[in-house]
Amino acid sequence: MDFASLSSNLLLVSFIAYLVATLFFGGAVKGAKTEKAYQNSKWGTIGITITIIGFLTHLGYFITRWIASGHAPVSNMFEFVTAFGMMIVGAFILLFYMYRTPSLGLFALPIAVVIIGYASMFPTEITPLIPALKSYWLTVHVITVVIGEAILAISAVAGLVLLLKVTDLTKKSKQRFWLESVIFTIVLVVGFILSSSMFSIMGNEAEFTYIDKNGDPAKIEYIYPPIFGMNEYEALTPDAMTPLFEMPAIVNAKTLTTFVWSVATGIVLYLLIRLIIRRPIATLFQPFAKKANTRLMDEIGYRSVLIGFPVFTLGALVFAMIWAHEAWSRFWGWDPKEVWALITWLFYAAFLHLRLSRGWEGEKSAWLAVIGFIIIMFNLIAVNLILAGLHSYA
Amino acid sequence: MSKIKCQCGHENPFGTVLCERCGRPQTEDAINSKTVDMRYEGSARRSQTYKRTIIDKIWNFFSSVKIGISIIVAVLATSAIGTIFPQKLYVPVSDAELGEYYERLYGIFGVIYYKLGFHDMYNSWWFITLIGMLGTSIIIASVDRVIPLYKSLKMQRTKRHPSFMKRQRIYGSGQVNDADDSINKAAIKLKELRYNVKIEDGAILAEKNRFSRWGPYVNHTGLIIFLSAILLRGIPGFYVDETLWIREGEMLEIPGAPGYYIENNGFTIENYSIEEDDEVFSTALERVGMIPKNYQTDVSLYKNADDALPGQTENIELVKDESIIVNHPLTFDGYSVFQMDFRLDELKSMTFQLTEKATEESLGEFTIDLINPDDKYELGNGAIVEVKEYYPDYDGIKDGEPYSKSPIPNNPAFIFKMITPEKPEGEMSFVAIRQTLETEENDYKANFLSAETRDISGLTIRKDRTLYLLLFGGIVFMIGVSQGSYWNHRRIWIQKGEENEILLASHTNKNWFALRKEIEQVREYADLPQYEDREDTESELDDEEGDFK
Ligand code: HEM
Repeated sequence: MDFASLSSNLLLVSFIAYLVATLFFGGAVKGAKTEKAYQNSKWGTIGITITIIGFLTHLGYFITRWIASGHAPVSNMFEFVTAFGMMIVGAFILLFYMYRTPSLGLFALPIAVVIIGYASMFPTEITPLIPALKSYWLTVHVITVVIGEAILAISAVAGLVLLLKVTDLTKKSKQRFWLESVIFTIVLVVGFILSSSMFSIMGNEAEFTYIDKNGDPAKIEYIYPPIFGMNEYEALTPDAMTPLFEMPAIVNAKTLTTFVWSVATGIVLYLLIRLIIRRPIATLFQPFAKKANTRLMDEIGYRSVLIGFPVFTLGALVFAMIWAHEAWSRFWGWDPKEVWALITWLFYAAFLHLRLSRGWEGEKSAWLAVIGFIIIMFNLIAVNLILAGLHSYA
Repeated sequence: MSKIKCQCGHENPFGTVLCERCGRPQTEDAINSKTVDMRYEGSARRSQTYKRTIIDKIWNFFSSVKIGISIIVAVLATSAIGTIFPQKLYVPVSDAELGEYYERLYGIFGVIYYKLGFHDMYNSWWFITLIGMLGTSIIIASVDRVIPLYKSLKMQRTKRHPSFMKRQRIYGSGQVNDADDSINKAAIKLKELRYNVKIEDGAILAEKNRFSRWGPYVNHTGLIIFLSAILLRGIPGFYVDETLWIREGEMLEIPGAPGYYIENNGFTIENYSIEEDDEVFSTALERVGMIPKNYQTDVSLYKNADDALPGQTENIELVKDESIIVNHPLTFDGYSVFQMDFRLDELKSMTFQLTEKATEESLGEFTIDLINPDDKYELGNGAIVEVKEYYPDYDGIKDGEPYSKSPIPNNPAFIFKMITPEKPEGEMSFVAIRQTLETEENDYKANFLSAETRDISGLTIRKDRTLYLLLFGGIVFMIGVSQGSYWNHRRIWIQKGEENEILLASHTNKNWFALRKEIEQVREYADLPQYEDREDTESELDDEEGDFK
């Protein structure tokens, strides 16, 4: 077996390991009466062991892919997001050994699973590096950013556990609404994964030519049935579905189509679950958060920001500037991706100040952590897809 | 202002909340509260003490963290708005056409965006003002706190007054079997846990990582150094940023670097190929098509002799030959030259043939250098072609005259005067690509035969003396932020009360669970009384079950 296929198999193994480990952490939480009791449960020990095995195979994926391609596998969306998922698990393992709380794993692992699933929807083949990326600073910068963002993400997980625990889901409230919205967003991502896999299995790709915003002709391929057509599109594939609407040149109609299909699938999925259980979906998860200690979750959330913030600064600002200076001759260029890294950084700086001097702890701090995670994901996904810049991968 | 004298005899500066030495509360509020705010050790801060003059008011404004956070959020929000549509820098049109460009692409939103100046957000005066306020705020807020904090941490005494201990978040008291033994044992265990243990009068102060308290001030200093470095770029000589378009074969003076010349020996562009490159890439190459592999300009760098006049090139010396590749700039004397852009296949020269229309017989060929065309070309046998007019970038007729929109030979056109033995007074002809115009029917014509092209490299010349200062600021920031994040300042006070009573109090600036883990170890080893964490009401249950971890 060559390194490339070994690598994808290892990734699959780690994916399954995370799913299995989640079940064990579920067992650990379920069988315990208090925080204390579940900290030393057998289930938890097995859960963390399987998580570590999964993390090691994931690391194996990373290394073998590195060998196969000759460069660090962080050069396109698939690779970057997969590495992000891996580091989230790594960060969880780190914090597990600091605080020994299975509830964290019970929520962190499924999130990592969804993220890896999301990554796999992008083209997974190994691509050669374009000139701008040929620098060891690519490796240093991206890996540090991914580690920093993953540790920061753990604070959102802890925040989510805290919020699930303290929110009264039987009564209507603002907090219940927003919590359910967060869960809804995760369901949307699952909707994207489901619809995208479904349509690529069906294999009805359709090719179009169109005129881009600079007035040049271009070509594009849809995997989803085209609802929106590109500017002045013409179908190349016979008997493909005709788009229902034509979009102006500044709108990427393909992205819009993908987005609409994913959201539609997500909404159907959400409504289906609601119909079956007849209450907010958050209530499904709440029992698993109930055993957690609020103060402890609060501290884990804060601690992970404290650990992650310097790492993120180093990767996303310091190393990024050094590399930008070498590749583009200026250390800062107000490119959207850069600006959003700055925004993320300022946001966490505000988080730290609010906590330290205005005493924003508990729920407020948990919400901030969740918002921080949303900003990170926005930079990861939306900035690439919508606000194109120098960094636009893939 | 008068000093405040504490019962212990220490004189505290005006505005002090907790006595610097023994910790006794000094204000009405502090005396009446259950736990005290330990953030700056209850020291006297200027901003909390003086509130009268204008200077006080400005000082207090900027030293407020609430204001600081608002400024951070304002920078964050304006930055985000700047990414909605592309910034001016990334828009491929000239300044005059900007408004029209935003309107065409983004409609009414584009118009608003442009009118409000958001298309050049990061150079706008309000953005720069915000950054200035951020800097001011960081400086004032830090100075306001760091000095009193330093003083009171230095002044603190080992033995604290019980009224101080009682107001700590972590506090416990109770009878033990042998108080002296407990104190001794606690000291041993605390040392083992790498605390700095001081004993005075039967009281312990165990302290660890005080230096982490300086973290925020160090990191703010780093930020200030960074911001000042950016200011410095405004000073001439600190910062050079030029672009240079250089054709293959050309030698030009390097803008911004007087005395240096650069010669372009050739530009190369390479794409990955399925045949030649590693086969793991083949799937990607088949799907995407072309993926660029390399952009490279081979150059020679020359330096003028030191005593040469500007522009004089007779005595230049070769410094080095090098290839400028993306991510590998050419560097010399503090300058860096980057491969930034390229234009392929600019016309270099055109070759024509003079023919007699009737017989299609050639009278000879001539080649025009499109950058420096000659006035006339002698073809021998009395045939001469004179170049009367040259339009390098012909763009139609304007006001009855042919018109060139730039000096770059994108679309060359000529007015030739063709002199032959048969027509010694000459025939005029206008020749452009795929087009020949004659005022009256000529007997001869200049036929286009072939053209030669060459590539142009777009280079950026950069010199940035502030770079090391920026980097230094970054390093200082990283040191400070790590200092404050990875270490916590922890203090544990233990002292004897009446008979075998022991008082225990503790404080950390963050991460209380981690602190409690350590206290637990000491408590078990040294038989200390039970304590409570007044902010955590949930762990009680756990603690009662035994070993809390
Ligand atoms: C982008 C700008 C800034 C960054 C990145 C930054 C960063 C930090 C960090 C990392 C900490 C330590 C927090 C902790 O340990 O939890 C801190 C503390 C602090 N910052 Fe900033 N800061 C910035 C701007 C400001 C501004 C504008 C002010 C002005 C009010 C300010 C005032 C403070 C204060 C008073 C502390 C607390 C010190 C203490 O209580 O010991 N900072 N800052």
